Amino acid sequence: MTDDVWILGISMTKFGKHPDLDIVDLAAQASQDALRDAGVSMSDIGVLAAGNLMGGGRLGQNLQKQIGQTGIPVYNVTNACATGATALRTVIMAIKAGECDMGLAVGSEKLSGAGLLGAGGQAKAADSAFEPQGRFGAVTSLDGRIGTDTMPGVFAQIGMEYDHKYGGATFDVFARISEKNHSHSTLNPLAAYTKRLSLNAIKNDVMIAYPNTRPMCSANCDGGAAAVVVSGERLRRMDPDQRRRAVKISASVLTSDPWSDGCQILPDINTLTRNASEQAYKAAGVGPEDLDLVELHDCFATAELVHYDNLQLCKPGEAVDFFESGATWRDGTTPVNVSGGLQSKGHPIAATGIANVWEVCHHLRGEAGDRQIQDAKVGLAHVIGLGSACGVHILERAAA
Amino acid sequence: MTEVSVASTGTAISTSQIPIVDYLRLGDRPHLVAHECTACGARYFDRRNGCARCFGTQFRTIDVPTDGTITAFTIVAVAAPGVPVPFVPAVVDCDGTKVRANVINVEPTPENVRVGMPVRLATYVVGRDHDGTEAIGFGFEPVGA
Repeated sequence: MTDDVWILGISMTKFGKHPDLDIVDLAAQASQDALRDAGVSMSDIGVLAAGNLMGGGRLGQNLQKQIGQTGIPVYNVTNACATGATALRTVIMAIKAGECDMGLAVGSEKLSGAGLLGAGGQAKAADSAFEPQGRFGAVTSLDGRIGTDTMPGVFAQIGMEYDHKYGGATFDVFARISEKNHSHSTLNPLAAYTKRLSLNAIKNDVMIAYPNTRPMCSANCDGGAAAVVVSGERLRRMDPDQRRRAVKISASVLTSDPWSDGCQILPDINTLTRNASEQAYKAAGVGPEDLDLVELHDCFATAELVHYDNLQLCKPGEAVDFFESGATWRDGTTPVNVSGGLQSKGHPIAATGIANVWEVCHHLRGEAGDRQIQDAKVGLAHVIGLGSACGVHILERAAA
Repeated sequence: MTEVSVASTGTAISTSQIPIVDYLRLGDRPHLVAHECTACGARYFDRRNGCARCFGTQFRTIDVPTDGTITAFTIVAVAAPGVPVPFVPAVVDCDGTKVRANVINVEPTPENVRVGMPVRLATYVVGRDHDGTEAIGFGFEPVGA
């Protein structure tokens, strides 16, 4: 019943520090580049979904005021670190529903110098009386007293939990995952960091939350990314060059946490990712062994390891062996995060879930230059927002 | 709030104590309590509107065992301003009930904390308000500490 949906044009800004650009500038730059890449204009766009997490809302309308007010429906989207993927999926759903045949999804974020994310809670004023408040009846802030809400601390525990279940997930393994991504980014001119880091430099850097040192954490930075999505029916009436460069969205899946034991104590980022990948492989009719490259949500080195397993790139419990085999390096059997990933390319939150699709498209189109994965035909892009939301997109090169 | 007598320099002083969270029960044998769904047995520590697993709305209060095993931990070295570091957040499996807590009374290094380590509940004074009321916190300490 539903027609195919395709990426017609896609773009990301340079990730890094953009002191002179605000979130609208970054969104505008990415959107105008994506429209140019698609060979269309705002007058072709029937729906706009705009993702931003930290900027206060209404990015979509503010963006329209800079690049084109055409009266189309706008969806302002927030969904933690899955915000960009959710914006993309919102446009895909509108096209699949037949509301329009072309749409624009954009994500933009300013995070340079944002520091530690997730650290909340007010310190109790010393002279006030203890009074139970909130869902736990807490008399003071709990962060640091009953565990932690900081992202590095949460994702560190998730990696250690994998070690408890299966063994072998040592500090050294996690550091070498980071070494891989910091090596990959040396070939990516749009990455926030393009400097290769030695294993010793990574291990001896500032410890944030054991076993994650600073370079093993995602890099807070500024950036934008945007995609023009088109229906197969409309694409068939377009120019041969547009059709040749179009990338098929073979699966677009969003999941949240199903209840699992202990999931309200430590977030279970595994089950919803496994569910999303299963749904995506089924929808696309491909398996993990068919993937030529994977961009997965390595918000921390500890997260990348568990997602090898969750995305079924390896057998259950064998993520360490899989990494040790060299499979996930860019010359391996399943290259993972050849962009440098969130640890080195950077993680401007709302842009991330479109920028990873851009990376995959770049390879499928054969336009990735020095870091091109040869003859890439199928790729997968994954994000997870803690809380949780997981987005998985499987993309395929257009038939020649 | 509980009234307890604290012996100090031979004189009994009445000190008022309050638990840091309402699921910590003080007294002679401090322990945690959980809301257990009467339909499916899922356990929660926060105020509930319903059961996330089976959608039931009836809960009973159960005591959580004070002995457990560390199934995940980290050593936080960088935290929000005002939060003392390092500290050791962990997940402790108390005979089937997962608990979020810090590991306390241990040197916070990777050599001294490990997954699979047996631990037990321990309490400590978090602070005192202007009325002199003590807030009592909890953590888990290595067995034998």
